[in-house]
Amino acid sequence: MDGLPDITADLDPRVRAIVSRWGHEPTRLVQILREVHEAFGFVPPRAVSLIARSLRVPYSRVRGVASFYSFFALEPCGRYRVLFSDNVTDRMAGSEKFLDAMCHRLWVEPGKVSEDGLVSVGRTSCTGLCDQGPALLVNGRAVPALTDERVGRICELILSCTPLEAWPEEFFAVRDNVRRADILLGHGLAPGDPIRAALQRGARGWSEHAANARSWRESFVGAAEGPVATLEEVKRSNLRGRGGAGFTTGIKWEACRRATGLARYVVCNADEGEPGTFKDRVLLSRYADLLFDGMTVAAYAIGASHGFVYLRGEYRYLLDALEATLERRRAAKLLGHGICGQPGLDFDIQVHVGAGSYVCGEESALIESLEGKRGVPRNRPPYPVTHGYLQQPTIVNNVETLCAAALIAVHGGEWYRALGTLKSSGTKILSVAGDVAQPGVYEYPFGVTVRQVLEDCGARNPQAVQVSGPSGVCIDATEFDRRLAFEDLPTAGAFTVFDSSRDMFEVARNYTHFFAHESCGFCTPCRVGTSMLVAAMDKIHAGNGTQHELREINRLNQVLLMSAHCGLGHTACNPILDTLKRFRPAYERKLRSLDFTPAFDLDGALARARQMTGRDDAAAHLESQP
Amino acid sequence: MSERPTFLLDGIEVPFGPGQTVMQAALSAGRYIPHLCYHPEFKPHGSCKVCTARIDGRLMAACTTPAESATVVESDTDDLNELRRTLVQMLFAEGNHFCPSCEKSGNCGLQALGYDLGVMTAGFRHLFPDRPVDASHPEILLDFNRCILCELCVRAAREVDGKHVFSLAGRGLDKHLIVNAESGRLVDTDVAVTDKAVEVCPVGVILRKRVGFAVPIGERRYDRSPISAQALEDAPRPLERHHD
Repeated sequence: MDGLPDITADLDPRVRAIVSRWGHEPTRLVQILREVHEAFGFVPPRAVSLIARSLRVPYSRVRGVASFYSFFALEPCGRYRVLFSDNVTDRMAGSEKFLDAMCHRLWVEPGKVSEDGLVSVGRTSCTGLCDQGPALLVNGRAVPALTDERVGRICELILSCTPLEAWPEEFFAVRDNVRRADILLGHGLAPGDPIRAALQRGARGWSEHAANARSWRESFVGAAEGPVATLEEVKRSNLRGRGGAGFTTGIKWEACRRATGLARYVVCNADEGEPGTFKDRVLLSRYADLLFDGMTVAAYAIGASHGFVYLRGEYRYLLDALEATLERRRAAKLLGHGICGQPGLDFDIQVHVGAGSYVCGEESALIESLEGKRGVPRNRPPYPVTHGYLQQPTIVNNVETLCAAALIAVHGGEWYRALGTLKSSGTKILSVAGDVAQPGVYEYPFGVTVRQVLEDCGARNPQAVQVSGPSGVCIDATEFDRRLAFEDLPTAGAFTVFDSSRDMFEVARNYTHFFAHESCGFCTPCRVGTSMLVAAMDKIHAGNGTQHELREINRLNQVLLMSAHCGLGHTACNPILDTLKRFRPAYERKLRSLDFTPAFDLDGALARARQMTGRDDAAAHLESQP
Repeated sequence: MSERPTFLLDGIEVPFGPGQTVMQAALSAGRYIPHLCYHPEFKPHGSCKVCTARIDGRLMAACTTPAESATVVESDTDDLNELRRTLVQMLFAEGNHFCPSCEKSGNCGLQALGYDLGVMTAGFRHLFPDRPVDASHPEILLDFNRCILCELCVRAAREVDGKHVFSLAGRGLDKHLIVNAESGRLVDTDVAVTDKAVEVCPVGVILRKRVGFAVPIGERRYDRSPISAQALEDAPRPLERHHD
């Protein structure tokens, strides 16, 4: 039947082929589920059973994992599954209007599948296309820069059942929008330069035979001139993690190198999920060689032979190009055995694709996901540097951190440290979006003022900037002279600008919904608390809020700060607290009264009784408030 | 005993053995830290957060944090007990809990903890989720309305019964307990009424059929003594045995 996913008798062999291509490894469960979803448009129950049997794991485990990730559907979700990116910047650019138009045209309710099984239309968390939004995903492929015309054409293509491959290529064209380049975005290095530089640095003491080469790989620190020299440069650079937490990279690498284990792993965190950030998208599409060089340098420094890139599901469209780059590097001896002719320097990289889960950006949740499990953050200690992937020593670094490490391998730690500020060396790439004339990626030395960035990107009448996304901080115009640096305003890169026409309450409400949607549900405070925050914000939005809601928000914030399991819960209140502090009128003018009122309109609730009894006299009304 | 390393719990020294967490050491020493998802027989995982304590100034789950020599642990403080009351209120609001009609009343860990901590009000608007019951099994009833997602049944089946009966599915507020059967029904799993997993549920989700109200309300476990006293009675005391 037309429109329905192609579930035929060949399900079994196709699922078996996928499972077998991933080596019947339970640790590859997320990848297996992703490929099954791609093959059938959803994960059929029969496939769940088959996967469980083939991997020899319980059925309920496969189902538990599949239902954790929002991109996996366990029921048919249409031959075309359209997911509108629901970041606040998408909304500001009219995404809700386009969603309504599409639902109207395709005769489908948001979040439901059309009756003929042809299409479903829904929302998804920020897809990392804020510089060219509004955006949507159709069967996992990103379509940016929506306009009335483009949305109309998409509807036609869906109604005519045109396969995605036959859609106009320009619909899927994602621009890089590099607006300001510094040492990283303008690096000018050839693939392999950082690896060769790292090997060169240690060449002085390089006398081991190939037969002894494993010794420097396995904790024999004393005999490891080359790796240690590189490690020292990274430490000297004072490079700090670019994913937000700002942990010193050299210390992390050294701790991992010193940890004992059966193997060590380099993991690149490319699960760029913070709403408003997209700089890793640009690095992955245009600077992949620099990233892989950085990972190889890291592997050399800590003694790892296996690496992973955990690519967020929204960036699935980058996978083929990344695989091709990896293949090219294997052919050029930049990956594999004896990299750059160095005996014992063995390293390869595998790309794993996520499936719609923000919390997997947390390093221990990411490792769980890499192991084929639900992406729930682990209890720490122990930390990944000693007990990471498969309980072995593992470093998890952000894309940008690894790219910076590649630069340091070439130019040295002193050179890098000379840039930026005392505690924040080097440069930072910002993802600038919102009410600006020139959205895109901007690279600045650390210490740049917010005002400078606002001038460069052509911000119009800005009233607020969300720095580092909803888990970061929202600042107002009195703070635009603050500096982006770990000393003042730390940032993972998101820089979202709101002009004076924007309702900052609605901004905070959008972010609050985001956190509730992305909560993994492991711990009580975050699972229940984020949903209660949503209820409070929605009640205020509906015009039924009172001071009671503001007090409840404060109480929930205390609970989340004190007891949430991970950073998601700790920061879930930030957007509300920041905007309450700086834009309190935006809340108060929505409150129905500044004192308590019930959640519903008592007099309004009697309207039906009045209608039925035909009364409308004064006695049929509750006294209105004095 | 004095040669063992110790930490301070609310100003009193608590000795601990190798590999013990703060919770395990405290219970062994006869000191109570309120908890729900912790059970002495299973690996702690720290999801309910009721045992949150201030350990050297940092708020951590006592059940998963390894005990360390000379640390200062605060547990019985006003702010932490207020936090615990709020967490209990959240769990009540999240599910559908109607104590007066619940077979588990008096034997229920959540109810008992609420009484013991002094939870006097609902505190939050209840969410009233739609959670169908599973009565498919001839001997066991599953009433998911009362599930607090402590995963004790998941861990008991895996660690003690050596079976896979229960798992978690979904995420966030949609997280829920499922059973290991393609039909989704308990009768199609290999659960047995004698399993540890059936016995361990602290609330009224996993109930044996046809034994309801055999013990009248008023004479049940937490009617006799509060949960804080029961937890200490149940706690293994390796240190004391060692001392003998």
